[in-house]
Amino acid sequence: MLATSESPYLLQVRDLSCQRDGRQLFAGLSFALSAGSAVQIGGANGAGKTTLLRTLIGSAGDYSGQILWRGRQFPASLPQFRESLLYIGHRAGVRGGLTPLENLTWYGADREAAMQALEQVDLFGFEDSLCQHLSAGQNRRVALARLFLTATPPLWILDEPLAALDVAGVAALQGQMAVHLSRGGAMVFTSHQPVALAGLQRVELADYAVDEFAQSAGGEHVFG
Amino acid sequence: MSSVEHASAVGGARSGPGLAALLKVELLLALRKRADIANPLLFFVTVLALLPLGVGPEPELLARLAPGMIWVMALLATLLSQESLFRSDFEDGTLEQQALAPQPLYFAVLIKAAVHWLVTGLPLALLSPMLGLMLNLPAAGYLCLLVSLLLGTASMSLIGAVGAALTVALRRPGLLLALIVMPLYVPVLIFGTGAVQAAIDGYVFAPQLAILAALLAAAAALAPLAAAGAIRISLDN
Repeated sequence: MLATSESPYLLQVRDLSCQRDGRQLFAGLSFALSAGSAVQIGGANGAGKTTLLRTLIGSAGDYSGQILWRGRQFPASLPQFRESLLYIGHRAGVRGGLTPLENLTWYGADREAAMQALEQVDLFGFEDSLCQHLSAGQNRRVALARLFLTATPPLWILDEPLAALDVAGVAALQGQMAVHLSRGGAMVFTSHQPVALAGLQRVELADYAVDEFAQSAGGEHVFG
Repeated sequence: MSSVEHASAVGGARSGPGLAALLKVELLLALRKRADIANPLLFFVTVLALLPLGVGPEPELLARLAPGMIWVMALLATLLSQESLFRSDFEDGTLEQQALAPQPLYFAVLIKAAVHWLVTGLPLALLSPMLGLMLNLPAAGYLCLLVSLLLGTASMSLIGAVGAALTVALRRPGLLLALIVMPLYVPVLIFGTGAVQAAIDGYVFAPQLAILAALLAAAAALAPLAAAGAIRISLDN
């Protein structure tokens, strides 16, 4: 059964449309992600990038269309999907009351790997300071250090990973993204910056935007 | 090769902390916020120290009021500390990560409530005999007061977690949390004060304590389920 249901794609999105607070954000979105490839989601502020990512991780239920993980549909495949997922959202998931090292070990890293990862995000020497005493950019780096651990889950879903990073940080992160893809990982991320990666597809949400005028003329518009 | 590597990665980096590790981290976080531990205790002691100023210092009157007042103040002190239970985890995204983790949210909530009890309810209960002394509580009531508060504050920590989870996405929950949670505290309060009063009057108080223990067992089984559901709703907004 496992062998027959194996799909060439890790993640597939078919004809997805999402709404938020009764407003249709986009419709007819489709893409497929195989091992070693990445999708960059672009779009203006409010175009629905974060909503799309939250739909992809199964946290927002207000969508129509199909999402498939290794050929099996959501929500049946959600438990397996989440075991293979590393998600870093708009809220970084870094606890101010813990040190960077404790934060990483909370995510299941051992001390050795955590120290190496922190060194790679340029936080060496800060591993024992409380995160609430670090700057916003440094806190962002603590969250991103999860990507530099030696063993990471195969699918990364990242919301604006390059925001709040300095030039060297952006370069280091892009390097790590390339390493992840070369290991056979896959990635969906949002960013306003152009990113140079082999195997990168770009999806512009503006291309799937719903014409509000046509929608209301069709009588389907929901006020609220 | 790469798929093998990732298969092991799934077990390694994604499995997250076990229950013992989770408890350790939550305790560490709670102990680092000393003010949050001290405030409910200070509230509890201060209000009960003010009581004789309000109702007069007659020992008989204080003795009559003592069980009820200590219980009501323990309830309020627990409630006041409950609002922040999930707030920082919600704001920094930890709750979102926990909701995505393979481990059920149920255990994360259970451990949060347990740690809340360890730093609030347990010290409140341990302080209660001293306050009983201040309020001239009859000698027969002390043991029962301590045991009933140990059981009752644990139930209240669990029940309050549901309210805290429901209001965590609101910017200013204010009195809403109290309005949601207070009615649910009523059975605990009734049997808690009832047990202490029975002990003072010389009756058996074991049945009331047994009911308190049953309430705690039910709360431990059901409240984390409700709170986990409420957290998922709060995260979806």
